[in-house]
Amino acid sequence: MNDMTQTHLERELKIVGTRPERPDGVDKVTGRALFGADKSLPNMLVGRVLRSPHAHAKIISIDTSKAEALKGVKAVVTREDFEDLPSEFVPNGEMVVNFKDITRNIMAREKVLYIGHTVAAVAALDAEIAEKALQLIDVQYEILPHVLEISEAEKPDAPLLHEDMFTIGVNPTPKNASNIAKRVEFGFGDVEAGFKEADLVIEREFNTKPVHQGYIEPHACLASVSEDGQAELWCSTQGPFVVRNFCTKLLGMNRSQLRVTASEIGGGFGGKTVVYLEPLALALSKKSCRPVKMVMSRAEVLTSSGPTSGANVWVKIGVKNTGEITAGECVLKYQAGAFQGAPVGPGAMCAFAPYDLKNVRAVGFDIVVNQPKVAAYRAPGGPISEYGVESVLDEIALQLNMDPIDLRLKNAAKEGTTAPYGPKLGPIGMVETLEAAKAHPHYSAPLGPNQARGIASGFWFNIGGETSSSITINEDGTVGLTLGTPDIGGSRASMAMMASEELGIPMNVIKPIIGDTNSLGFNFVTGGSRATFSTGKTVVQSTRAAIDELKKRAALLWDVDVEQVEWADGHARLVGADEPKSLSLAQLAKEAGKTGGPIVANASINATGAGPSLATHIVDVEVDKETGKVSVVRYTAIQDAGKAIHPSYVEGQMQGGAVQGIGWALNEEYIFNEAGEMQNTGFLDYRVPVCSDVPMIDTVIIEVPNPNHPYGVRGVGETPIIPPLAAISNAVSRATNLRFNELPLSPPKVLSRIAKG
Amino acid sequence: MAKKHVSTTINGDEHEFLCHPQQTLLDVLRDELDLTGSKEGCATGDCGACSVLLDGRLVCSCLVLGVEAQDKNVETIEGMSSGSDLHPLQKKFIDLAALQCGICTPGVLVAAKALLARNANPSEEEVRFWLAGNLCRCTGYDKIVRAVMEVAAEARNTQ
Repeated sequence: MNDMTQTHLERELKIVGTRPERPDGVDKVTGRALFGADKSLPNMLVGRVLRSPHAHAKIISIDTSKAEALKGVKAVVTREDFEDLPSEFVPNGEMVVNFKDITRNIMAREKVLYIGHTVAAVAALDAEIAEKALQLIDVQYEILPHVLEISEAEKPDAPLLHEDMFTIGVNPTPKNASNIAKRVEFGFGDVEAGFKEADLVIEREFNTKPVHQGYIEPHACLASVSEDGQAELWCSTQGPFVVRNFCTKLLGMNRSQLRVTASEIGGGFGGKTVVYLEPLALALSKKSCRPVKMVMSRAEVLTSSGPTSGANVWVKIGVKNTGEITAGECVLKYQAGAFQGAPVGPGAMCAFAPYDLKNVRAVGFDIVVNQPKVAAYRAPGGPISEYGVESVLDEIALQLNMDPIDLRLKNAAKEGTTAPYGPKLGPIGMVETLEAAKAHPHYSAPLGPNQARGIASGFWFNIGGETSSSITINEDGTVGLTLGTPDIGGSRASMAMMASEELGIPMNVIKPIIGDTNSLGFNFVTGGSRATFSTGKTVVQSTRAAIDELKKRAALLWDVDVEQVEWADGHARLVGADEPKSLSLAQLAKEAGKTGGPIVANASINATGAGPSLATHIVDVEVDKETGKVSVVRYTAIQDAGKAIHPSYVEGQMQGGAVQGIGWALNEEYIFNEAGEMQNTGFLDYRVPVCSDVPMIDTVIIEVPNPNHPYGVRGVGETPIIPPLAAISNAVSRATNLRFNELPLSPPKVLSRIAKG
Repeated sequence: MAKKHVSTTINGDEHEFLCHPQQTLLDVLRDELDLTGSKEGCATGDCGACSVLLDGRLVCSCLVLGVEAQDKNVETIEGMSSGSDLHPLQKKFIDLAALQCGICTPGVLVAAKALLARNANPSEEEVRFWLAGNLCRCTGYDKIVRAVMEVAAEARNTQ
């Protein structure tokens, strides 16, 4: 089933679309690959963090003198060691960040805003001393009332996290401060008129809990600042250039003073696009003039990094008896954690984006609460809003006695559809994924007792952004690629494959590496499903520039016009001459010294034209009505990849995203006690899916090429986490003849819903 | 507390090290012996990224003390290949793309090797339950399970 690929691309390809070994495969199966915590330096110190025990409190004083006096302690940093920064919003992919908030999140200033908020950091000779020193730091707090839930935080008399926060996006700007940071709205048409035209209108409210990205590798870094202020940072990150820019800003350094090298990255899913330990390690290293290594514990990862928003979602959809949607409306309230920046904007943009609607309105609110600040998580915002919409559509299909795929096909967005967030869509694969789902044997397979089938679709726009990479032709005709987007799941392979396809040489003579921040121009993060799209564009562009140069060198050697030289199968060939001549890449490389010097090319772009990726998932669940346990018994993920450069890794994204979505739907949630303390700070209780929880995940790759990429790539990483939430909820609803409108569908919640009837 | 002297065998080589009595085997492997192939994902025995074999038994090295390695035989990911020959599981994981980020891969491979040592013909369910202690957040487990079952099948066919 894993080989099912439906392609619409007209081009003969030799390497792209095959399944070669990844260049870093051996390193990763032998334990040789170095991740964030795997590197050490001579004379290195160990850093540890003191975290807030209160969900909301004013910091009256911090006395570090006893900690500093402890033998073996080499540096202590607090708010005193970081300059305050003014409010400055900066786009960070699909998210927006504000330096005023970042500096307060990495180190609390006036107040602590969640349990786990950083208050101080220590560097010592070893971990034991560092931990002893943390206990010697005396912090005086004035405890303030805290607020954890949206329903409480949005009230006018709620405890305020930020006394200077006035809701943006409402006219006129409110006079009173509130926990609602902003209001966004997307859409067009007249939804009220649309609902009047409808034969059936359904409105429902949904609630979801915060969930964590759950990368297996905790945040880790190693910083070394020398006496003259030159700094080196090794860290696990999705974006070394972003880390450099954030850290230099937070520490008042020039960008040339800090070189960031990305380690191998042990999962990120959006959670490693921001900084936590990195500025602390740099500040401690600067103070001690020694290398400082910092690694988070799993509990710290859960309480102090990530997660994504818990949310309240209201959806109203009107349809005619034919299934045609007359209007769609939603109101999304997303928790941002302690600082504004919930992904409610993208949530609102995507909510109805799989569909071609005449009347649509999506309103979103970004609400702060005394929980860790949210970070991007795979299609940030999309799974939550689309869960609500896809659930209501399922209920509509049931009430109209219509096949849920037919209902979606009737309303599917196509090329030329105006998206709810404004632009006209280019070619997209919504119809193709639905048709493939309907034709798939899974969709018509018989079901067992207590089993039911659910389906849902998902839309994610994907992004491009600033990207730079380079190619070097070595003297023997082999090739080096230097890339600026960390390889989080096989991108070295896809980049080498594209260069191999262009050059007409075997992939195994191409060596791709991830460069440090001194080796290339700025690269935005590996995120937004942009690496294969954006970095791929630069690889193709720089490879073609290198080929142009190789043709010039051949023309020089043959003493002909460059127009007479063409490139094919790794050779320059003389065309239109009496006697055919050809020079291999290796021959040209060998002569490079005599024909003008080394052959190198760089491509630096701001990639535009990312193609939205659509998916439809089919899931069969079995509900144990005595225990409330939901088992996923069969799963099929169908997605438009544009073009799968390396289909195995595209399938891997689809399978991994589906299983993360299964975890979100069935088990994962942040559980807080009344004091605001997370109760499930380990993998035992914060239960991500384990191997025995899931079946094989069948995949069907659809290929509707993106015209803005030389091979048609769309980017595939994020979309697959969107459909599982609703697909599973819809299946559970159908299995029990009850509607479910809350995640996770964990056994106690399913049982209590069944008991309510 | 004073450090303890420990003599042990790691991947077939004799080793001696000093460690604190409370230091885990994982910390000793990583921090004292520079064997960083075993990873720490949780330090509570829930994720399996630190899986090693101790006298042939699969353990989370974060739940074993360094001093417990005295006179034992420790096998880590660094000892899985021999010379330039990868173990069939290692080869198959690359062939089938059974890894994405690679952080869980050493632990999964060590655990899978332990499974095949005791069960040459595991069912899909047996593979899934055996590997239930090894979290992978990237792959959704599909290609991992397929890789382990294919290696088992190929080993049976060549016998």
